[in-house]
Formats: sequence, C-alpha cells, structure tokens
Amino acid sequence: MASQKFDVVVVGTGPGGYVSAIRAAQLGLSVATVEDDRPGGVCLNWGCIPTKALLRNAEVVHLFEKAADFGITIDKFQADYAAAVKRSRGVADRMAKGVEFLFRKNKITLFPGTGSLKSKNVVEVAGKDGAQTLEAGRAVILGTGSEPKSLPGVTIDEKTVISSNGAVRNEAKPKSIVVIGAGAVGVEFADVYRSYGVEVTLLEALPRIVPIEDEEVSTQLTRSLSRRGIAIKTGVKVSAVKPGGAGVLIETDGGKLEAEQVLMAVGRGARTKGVGLEALGVTLERGFVKVSPTMETSVKGVYAIGDMAGAPLLAHKAMAEGVVAAEAIAGKNPRPVDYGNVPSCTYCRPQIASIGLTEAKAKEGGRELAVGKFPFTANGKAVALGETEGFVKVIADKKTGELLGAHIIGPEATEMIHEFAVGRTLEATLEEMMHTIHAHPTLSEAALEATLAALGQAIHI
Amino acid sequence: MAVTKVVMPKLSEQMESGKIIKWLKKEGERVQSGDILAEVETDKADVEMEAFGSGVLRKILVAAGNKAPVGSLIGVIAEENDDINSVVAQAGAPAPAAESGAAAPRDGKAAGDAKPGMADRPAAVPPQPKSEDPAARKPASSMAPSPVGQRAVASSPREMGGAEMSPQPPQGVPSTGGGGGARVKASPLARKIAAQSGVDLKLIHGSGPGGRIVRRDVEAAATAPAASAAPALRPVAQPAASGPEFEDLALSPMRAAIARRMPLSKAPVPHFYVTSEVAMDRAWELREELNGLEGQPKISVNDFIIRACALTLLNHPGVNASFQGESIRVFHRVHMGIAVALEEGLITPVLRDVHAKSLAQIAVEARDLAERARQRKLRAQELSGATFSISNLGMFDVRDFSAIINPPEGAILAVGSVRRVPVVTDEGLGVGRRMALTISCDHRVMDGAMGARFLQDVKKLLEEPLRLLV
Repeated sequence: MASQKFDVVVVGTGPGGYVSAIRAAQLGLSVATVEDDRPGGVCLNWGCIPTKALLRNAEVVHLFEKAADFGITIDKFQADYAAAVKRSRGVADRMAKGVEFLFRKNKITLFPGTGSLKSKNVVEVAGKDGAQTLEAGRAVILGTGSEPKSLPGVTIDEKTVISSNGAVRNEAKPKSIVVIGAGAVGVEFADVYRSYGVEVTLLEALPRIVPIEDEEVSTQLTRSLSRRGIAIKTGVKVSAVKPGGAGVLIETDGGKLEAEQVLMAVGRGARTKGVGLEALGVTLERGFVKVSPTMETSVKGVYAIGDMAGAPLLAHKAMAEGVVAAEAIAGKNPRPVDYGNVPSCTYCRPQIASIGLTEAKAKEGGRELAVGKFPFTANGKAVALGETEGFVKVIADKKTGELLGAHIIGPEATEMIHEFAVGRTLEATLEEMMHTIHAHPTLSEAALEATLAALGQAIHI
Repeated sequence: MAVTKVVMPKLSEQMESGKIIKWLKKEGERVQSGDILAEVETDKADVEMEAFGSGVLRKILVAAGNKAPVGSLIGVIAEENDDINSVVAQAGAPAPAAESGAAAPRDGKAAGDAKPGMADRPAAVPPQPKSEDPAARKPASSMAPSPVGQRAVASSPREMGGAEMSPQPPQGVPSTGGGGGARVKASPLARKIAAQSGVDLKLIHGSGPGGRIVRRDVEAAATAPAASAAPALRPVAQPAASGPEFEDLALSPMRAAIARRMPLSKAPVPHFYVTSEVAMDRAWELREELNGLEGQPKISVNDFIIRACALTLLNHPGVNASFQGESIRVFHRVHMGIAVALEEGLITPVLRDVHAKSLAQIAVEARDLAERARQRKLRAQELSGATFSISNLGMFDVRDFSAIINPPEGAILAVGSVRRVPVVTDEGLGVGRRMALTISCDHRVMDGAMGARFLQDVKKLLEEPLRLLV
C-alpha cells in the first residue's frame, strides 16, 4: 500500500489541531489531518460550543422567569429541554461544518479514522475503509485532546453516571442530579440543569467552588448559585457511587446523597493511549506529553499541542499552541505561548472570567499589592440590564502598577476580561488602564472603576 | 548585484555605540562574507567585525578612531559597477552621532587616523536628510564650526541639529538600532521598572515585537553593565612618598561594568551555596597521560571541569536555567561562561554548545577564548548567552571560594585548587589530590537539593574521568 506524503500530518482536529493545520497551510505547507470523530474535536462538538448553546437557553429561561421585573406578564411558558439539546446539536453541527469548510479552503486533506504513529514521521490511519499510511515530510502534530476522568472505582455509563459527553447529548433531563466537581464544567451544567428545574447538588472536594478562581469570586458564586436553589457542599470527599434509591447513591464523608443521575466533572485526563507514543519513547510528565516552548516533544519532529500537552486544558490555549507549533515547523521563530496570560472563563450565571494571579497567589510573591474592586450594583449599565450580581477585581503591584491579575464575576464577564489581557500583553500598568476612556454606559466601566479603586481613586463608589 | 550595508553591529546587549579601532580592509579591496572588516571597541572588549556580504568594500563612512551608534551605516560592500550613491545618501538619515574618537583620551592617534575618512564624509550627507526633526533640515553648511573640528563634518544631521543647541551628543539615540526616531519603544511597565531601578532605556535592546523594550529586557539590563563612556583607568594623582594618603582611581569601563553588575546580582538574586570535595587523583593521572600523548592539545584541569559540567547540565536542566520573572527558562543546550581574569577586571567569554564538544575540542577552544579575552579580541557572540558559568581560581592556591551569579544565568561554579591533602583510605592515612567545588545557585530557580545533586554528578564524572572521554 502506497503511503501519501504531506509536509505536516496533524492527528486530531480539535481547536489545537485544526488551527495548527490552517496555520501550517497558510505558511505554504501541505497538510493532512486525521480525525476519529467529527472535525472540531470536543470543543466544537461536545464541549465549549454546545454547552454555550445550552447556557444561552438557560439564560433565556431566566429572562422569561423575571419578565415581571420588566413589566411583562407571561401567563405560562414551557421550556422544552429536549429542544434545547436539539438546538445545541444544531449549533455544534454548524461549527463542525465550518471547520470542514476551512479545511477545503486551505487545501487541507481530512482523513477520517484513528491516527497513530508508526514511526516519528509515519502516521497510520485506521478508518472505516481500511488503513492508510501518511508520511510527514516535516513534522507530525499531535492534538488528541483529553477525556473526562472519573473517581476511582466509579464507571461512567452515561446513563446514571454521566460525564459532560453524556450531559451534552441527553435530551432527557433528570429530576435530580448530583454534580461531582465544581470546576467550570460542573458549575456550567449545574446552571443549565437548575435553570430547567432540575434539583441540583454540587459537590466539591476542595474548600470552595471554582477553586482555581480568586477566593472572593468563589464566595460570590456560592451566594448566587445558592440563591438559585443549587445545594452546594464543599470539602466533601465522595467514597462511593452506586445504583440505588432514585437512581444513584452517593456516599461521602459528609453523609449519603441520592439522585437520579450523577454528573462526573472531576477533571479531564490527556488522551495519550493508542497514539503510538510509548513505542517512540515520547516523554510524558504527570500524564501529559512533555513539550518544549515550540511544542516539540522529546522526539524531534513530533509536536504535541492542546489538552494532551498539559494544563490549562482550554481551547484557546490549544489554538495558541497550534499556531506556535505550525510556525516553528515552518521555520519561523514564533513567540512561545505565555502561559501566565491565558484567560479562564466559566459561562455560568453570573459569568466568571479571570487572568493572571489570584490575590492569594499574588501575595505569595511577597510584594505589596494594590487591589481594587468594583461591584456591578454601582454600574449604570448593569442596573439598567437588571444584572447586578458580581464585581470586577484588579490586583496590581503597588510599586510598579503592574497588572498581576484581574477577576470578573458578573454579566458578560467573559467578554470583558480581554481589556486586561491586552493590557497585560502590552505591559500596561494601572495608570494606562486608568487613562483609557471607557464608553458610558457600559459594563466595562466597572473594569475602569476597579482599576481606579486599586489606585484609591474610584469615582462611583 | 547585492549591495551590502555595513552597519555598526550591536556587540553586546548594552552597547549603544562602538568605536572603529581600525579597518582591516581598505576601500576598493575585495572582501568575502565572513572576512574580518574592522576592529571595534566596546565597553567590554575589542571585537572583530565580520563582513556579512561579499564584494568590494566600496566605501568607508566612519574612519578609524571614530565612534558610530549601533545600527548606523559605516561602510558599503558592493560590486565594482553597482550604484551605491543612494545607499550612501541614505546613510545621513539614520546614522546619528559619529562622535570623534579624538574626544576619548585613550587613543591619541585617533585624530590623525580619522582624517582621510573625514574628507569623504560630507558627501555622505544628503542635502535634504530624511528626518522629522526640523532642526535637522538645515543644510550642513549652516552649522557653525564646533569646538572639535571633526564634529562639524559629522555625518548625522540629527547630531548637527543638536549641536546648535549644545555640544553634547544627542540624547535621543534610539535603543532599537537602525531607526531614525528619537522615541524609545518601551512598554509602560518597562519604563516604570527602568525608572525605579535606574536603567537607561536608551541603552537597552528591546526583545518585544518590533524591538519594543519589555519588562524582561529592563530586568536583564538591571543586572548588566551599562555602556556609559566612563573615562579610562588612570590615576587621578600620582602617589609620591610625601603625597596624599590615598588616591581615587577613575573606573575603567570594565570596572564600572563589574561594579554596576555585581550588586545587581547579589542583591536581587537570592544566592545559596553548596560545596563538595572531589577526589582528583584519577583525573590528574589521566590528564598527565593525555598530555603525554604526542599531537594532542594540552588539557587543563579546568577543561575536565567544563566537560564534566556540560555533560551533567544536560541531565540537570533545572540547573541550566534562568529566572524569567514569572517563569523559569530551561535551556536545552549548554553555553559555558568561562571567567577569565584580566589585569583590570574579568570577562566571561562563552563557549557555545559545549555539551557537544569533546575534551580536546574544549581544551583548544577554551584556551583560544581565554587568550583572545586577554587580548580583548573577542567576537560579539562570544560575549553573551552563557547558560552556566565556571570561575576557577585554582591557580591562586585557594582552597575554596564562592562566586557571584552572572544573571540571567541561574548558577555559577567556583573551582578551588587541586591540593595534595591527607586522606583516610582503607589502609589508613594516605595522600590524595582534592579539589573543592562550590556552586552558587539562584534560589528562585532551584533548591539546595538540586544544586547538591548536580554537584554529586559532576563529582562522579571527575572521579571516574574516563567517562569524560566517551
């Protein structure tokens, strides 16, 4: 069987893989991609995008519920969960087709099937119509992503014990669900289910929900979610999950729980099995592939990007890595990804977005801090919208004004974080942020006010 | 055919301008890419400047003895029939401040040497220089003769514009090289840190997009010497028997650089030290045996240590690392800084990719580097980029000492003498050769155990020195 030769072979077409493929093609390289699911990976098909569609539904339901606040009377409305999932699938389909279009546009060949390395420059694709062999003249980029983890001894059957994979597909909603893990995934599904009337219990082993965020953000979110009727238990270790009661019994060190379903949201692990890494001797580190600043693995000519290459497991980090890998392969001298400047976003209501250091982390550095906080209750636009939960918090170095971190919880937080991202990239200090005129009325004025507060000059509070 | 512009190279991170000591090629002479065109003096060393193109050295724009800012055009290489007028004409705009070497007290013959070149230079000044500075638009002839005759014919219109107001060189020389604007491109944070740490942004090379100076550049510069034109080492007063009780010596540029750099290492870099003693008996024997072989380069104890460190660093990337503010940069290659004592200070030339070099290669190259360091004949790339350094005071009969880290490197190894000392053996008391190694480590990069493990492996290699040969 003859092998087909390309400059670059990309295994996995998630946000890391497809972006690296397009960038490599833009730089004049011939590119093959290999995908065992649909183009777009988890992000487009089963993760970021479809969940955002579901969360939008949750938000619409919320708006209907509070229509009376706006003087709009709705006698009775029906929120059909199956329709929400169908809509979400439609959104995902459309985005996946978009990736296929981009591949065609950039003359990238897609090989459906499971790709694995036979040698450092040969990828075998096991597809429906047999195997094919792809030879990479320059490099192989691996972006096989990650998959949901479970707790020891707990099997995810996607029926009673589901992962995000099942949650995003299931058209039937449970009457009650226990979400194990209060990171971004857990919190977002808790939001969706609760908006559709499901009885939700959110369990977290660490002392607070969204534990990677600033502590004040966790406190605010706990308050917001509790108010919406989500039961939150933190510092709880789950010892067993087994069938029983209404569906599943969850044993914890804080007592037993019972629900129709359990959503396992305890994190994701790299997909490194079956890719041929072991035979090649690619070095792993704590379960992830070890890479250089240009994303090259311990084996020359083999690159790894995205979730499999380590934390943070975020699509936009994968995309940035994909660009770096493609440019390095094309002989450019790309700027390595700045892992200290990757925004983190959670799309629950109120939304959470952050960049840089939390206040606790910044304190660990031993420097004197200037911290400013501004609540949305004092922001005109937020009041007009009727969405006043949350705040913007800015953490800076007191001496230099360096923006060490920004944390937003509130309406459109995920859109607002980027002024801090740009500021940090340009090495702006509090003063430049302060001198940047923010349009009135906008939610972003809260960012300006938080900056002013850090300088001790907030106007509107 | 290709016209190659010869510009004043940036020979060190801090270099702002360089002085041409002499041209080794004459106008009209044929040069090959890689030929040494001229010798250039910087604050730290005299450096040979290579040609980056082949052809005929058609024009020398800055004569020997004269200074030129980094990035300014100092010569043109082209074929005989190439038209170089436009290139030469452009030289006026971006080439500021060709300050006469006569101003520097160190080189008395500079003024004489400079003359032939000077005659050509006015031709290089375009009548309408491309400059946004209105003062610079004035034709050169309107300039009043300045106190130093040569300055009147300086090739930079900006310099002349400035000279109207003041005889000082212009302050706005761009740091990024080549640009004609007076603006220094720097991030706001870089500006603040520079102001707080007393770093002159004009002397820094920016590593951000488009040569923008960013935080890490300032932080690096805060721990590096400035290219300030300090006067030469020269006694201000001659001490006599009945003379004053003390004298103040002006700092040589090198001493000034060391004086500036070292506290900026010692204060912000939390040093810790780990010392280990190495049995050098076998290495000593092996060295004597190797040096007895005919046709082999002479190998020093230091060469053994360089080789042992290079190999060990590959296995201890955490030690071959640099603190970068919010990250630690781990190097995959070993560039070894080798401290060389000079009469007026010290310099640390860099042996590149030393992990890939044999003992013999190290011996030859290290000796060559040290010799050229003493003659101040190092090339630009040999002066920076070390990932780890070694300082050996063994020749001064010291037992052990600790060295100051040369930022941004993460560690430095201080090597004492190989001493014959009583040692306890299985049979009782014997005599052995022992050498103390003390590693100074940046605690922000590594911890004590890392430094200790590294030393342990270096020690192992030196005590089983045949490993250094394979």
